Amino acid sequence: MARAVTTQHKTIATAAAWIVALLIFFPILYTIITSFKSEQEAIQGFNLIPSGTFESYSEVQAQSGYFKFFLNSVLLSVGSTILALLVAIPAAWSMAFSPTKRTKDILMWMLSTKMMPAVAVLFPIYLIFRNLGLLDSRIGLMVMLMLINLPIVVWMLYTYFREIPGEILEAARMDGASLWNEIIYVLTPMAVPGIASTMLLNIILAWNEAFWTIRLTTTNAAPLTAFISSFSSPQGLFWAKLSAASTLAIAPILIMGWFSQKQLVRGLTFGAVK
Amino acid sequence: MATQQTRSLARFMMAPSVVLLFVWMIVPLAFTLWFSFQQYNPLNPMRDGFVGFSNYALFYSNPAFLQSILNTLTIVVSVLVITVVGGILLAMLIDQPMWGQGIVRILVISPFFVMPPVAALVWKNMIMHPQYGVFADIARFFGLQPIDWFGQYPLTAIIIIVAWQWLPFATLILLTSLQSLDGEQKEAAEMDGAGFLSRFWYLTLPHMSRAITVVILIQTIFLLSVYAEILVTTNGGPGYASTNLPFLVYQKALLEFKIGQASAGGVIAVILANIVAFFAMRAVGKNLDK
Repeated sequence: MARAVTTQHKTIATAAAWIVALLIFFPILYTIITSFKSEQEAIQGFNLIPSGTFESYSEVQAQSGYFKFFLNSVLLSVGSTILALLVAIPAAWSMAFSPTKRTKDILMWMLSTKMMPAVAVLFPIYLIFRNLGLLDSRIGLMVMLMLINLPIVVWMLYTYFREIPGEILEAARMDGASLWNEIIYVLTPMAVPGIASTMLLNIILAWNEAFWTIRLTTTNAAPLTAFISSFSSPQGLFWAKLSAASTLAIAPILIMGWFSQKQLVRGLTFGAVK
Repeated sequence: MATQQTRSLARFMMAPSVVLLFVWMIVPLAFTLWFSFQQYNPLNPMRDGFVGFSNYALFYSNPAFLQSILNTLTIVVSVLVITVVGGILLAMLIDQPMWGQGIVRILVISPFFVMPPVAALVWKNMIMHPQYGVFADIARFFGLQPIDWFGQYPLTAIIIIVAWQWLPFATLILLTSLQSLDGEQKEAAEMDGAGFLSRFWYLTLPHMSRAITVVILIQTIFLLSVYAEILVTTNGGPGYASTNLPFLVYQKALLEFKIGQASAGGVIAVILANIVAFFAMRAVGKNLDK
């Protein structure tokens, strides 16, 4: 931008933005700080400098087997994402490269399934899961998360695939490439970035899903969302431990999220805002 | 260019997604509709059977019903107002030239990645707790009486938490849109002597209108079904003061085992979502044609 920016203007903007940003980030920051306090310190009033103990972290693991929930979260989010990609890639591919008159309607219809409120089907799903013996099973929940995010995955892949120029495919076809070769050698290399972005966003969404993961699990398949929710009942003052558990639960996804800001915009607005 | 062969191949490739989503949408919904006309109690199966619309009547005459609808709408509207207005202001602030813009962006977007139970618990215990929360510390510092947020203003407290989670989303999308605004256009307007306000009103705001629409529509879908935040903080109380429609349905179904009534509530939730979805789909569909 060619506009002359005065240092004064820049200084004011910087100060204002940093203050607001730190205020918004504060609950997270304070949680991280508190996780390094002892339980005593944690309730002794406002204090930004912890004693730096790792006590809470080891206790979270020792008392509640934190690692199992973490592992479930990883398994469920990655597993459901891979399942969704397996189902969605062919669909998005065909919609992007051999669109028909109905392609748009199908896409819109897929999106509409996303708008069904989860509570409306809570009991039937509960019943189906119970009768199939899928309650508290990782497979069941994985399929569930896959279905929830499938519309977004198809949509995102579709918007990425659509940007791959069709002429390249035609050129490959002219050169006598079979469909299989076309997919492997021409399409895949160009599609990988889009698929990776989609995967990243979907893992974030699946990791943070907090309705089905809480309602359909008890102990075995329970991921971090269910584990953290279990902290809500007791009035006990275990804030350092709560903070440590929270920090561990959000850290991986926070870091992934920082890298996926662009894809987030695109994925969650169905390509309408880029 | 599409031959008969590629066309049938395309159909074959689409089938798994379409079939899965179709089954996932139709089967449970059909069950819900069925149960909404049934008396069904897993704990007391003696009186099960068809009951017509009485579940709807019961659900409707429950004083919690109207309150829950009102709470649902209050949450949606308040959070939308806070996040859209706040998001526009914040996006415009971040869009200014400054030092450390990347870090500011990262800090602002972070709450969106915090899973709902964590967000709710952190706010409940560390920020809004009437005795040990940061708000209480601040109040005491000024010699004021700390507020018992979840006892006195449960719905406001939930709105604050949910707004905190969604403000980053609105900001990020509006910022993306703002950054695609042509710099030259801005300059030209400035040279023509357009003041800050008129530039905002006639240039920036119209440019962001599509992004604002998208933010409103997408947030509405998610805000209609706020659940974990309520479960973890107030559990819908005190009384029904912070119970929204999803939470009421959950209570009826899995706590009171009044499946018929819960299903009737579910059907009402579907209708509510459909009204919103109707507008949402039109807007998103329009953007597809560009």
